Amino acid sequence: MERLVSFAGDNGLLVAFVFVGVVMLVANWLSRHVARGKVHGSAIAIALGLLLAFWAGAETGGKNGVADYPLLAGIGVLGGNMFRDFAIVATAFGVRLEDLRKAGLVGALSVPIGVILSFAVGALVALGFGVTDPAEITTIGAGAATYIVGPVTGASLGVSSEIISLSIAAGLVKAVLVMVATPLVARRIGLDNPASAMVYGGLMGTTSGVTGGLAATDPRLVPYGAMTSTFYTGLGCLLGPSLIYLVIRALVPA
Amino acid sequence: MPIFGVALLAASTLVGLFAGDLLGAALGLEANVGGVGIAMLLLIMLTNLPGRRLGPDTPTGSGVQFWSLLYIPIIVAMAAKQNVFAAVSGGVMAAAAGALAVLAAFALVPVLSRWAGRQ
Repeated sequence: MERLVSFAGDNGLLVAFVFVGVVMLVANWLSRHVARGKVHGSAIAIALGLLLAFWAGAETGGKNGVADYPLLAGIGVLGGNMFRDFAIVATAFGVRLEDLRKAGLVGALSVPIGVILSFAVGALVALGFGVTDPAEITTIGAGAATYIVGPVTGASLGVSSEIISLSIAAGLVKAVLVMVATPLVARRIGLDNPASAMVYGGLMGTTSGVTGGLAATDPRLVPYGAMTSTFYTGLGCLLGPSLIYLVIRALVPA
Repeated sequence: MPIFGVALLAASTLVGLFAGDLLGAALGLEANVGGVGIAMLLLIMLTNLPGRRLGPDTPTGSGVQFWSLLYIPIIVAMAAKQNVFAAVSGGVMAAAAGALAVLAAFALVPVLSRWAGRQ
């Protein structure tokens, strides 16, 4: 067994290909025979991935889902930022510049609107739960933006590590929910064309959520959503500890 | 040769991500600003050079196309390495903040999309 684990570790990426292949196979089977084609195979595959990650996290106590099993460490590479970004950029192959330009202005505006909206919602929730310190309120709001904006904002405002982990948890809830819920609500919110995908990417912002959600809805929309969401975390980190904190401090007397 | 496509894709991704990194640093941030977006624009430009458009069925194009087709499996791997346990056990306040932010953004998608359509 030890020998097998170290062998799998040396060939991590290959193990990951097999693992994902099996998950997709099971998902496609479930899509065809259980969901009768009503739920897309990739949506089921992503949900299965999240479920397995939950399981693994509960069992190993680690942060990296199934990648915390030494046997499956390669999932951390295949599902890591490098391959994710590489594949997202690849989806832009075949995108027409016209489509990007058509929704350019609104797509660009959706990013600051999305950032401010998430901060506002997160801050209101924090207030509702009795948080009174403006720096802590801002950090929770930042977590509602993405799980990167949360800790970056919290660190620069000097809040406690409990609040920072709360903000990370809020961002993780957002990412997971976006992946799962997007295919379910896509038709109702008109998410079926490049322009609305750009708006959606800018409003949601969480790259993992947006790219997972669009993959499960319609892979052709991925590059448009990714194009706007890629600016979201940066803008959130820029505005969070500065402008948004000042506004919240002015509105909430400490 | 497909490797030309893979190399082109990798080079676009690297240049874009590094530009996003520098942009973030220039703004004094710990975050990458728009790296993936810059990389995508670069790839779109380089595969649409006047007079030598690169299609998915050319040998070079197939190197890019392959990675674009591997996108969903990579996202499944990404889902499987998320810290879902922390998300689920983060408590009511974290769940409410995350969930309401998602609902609010979903609600605004049709509003802004309509606006985009009118442009």
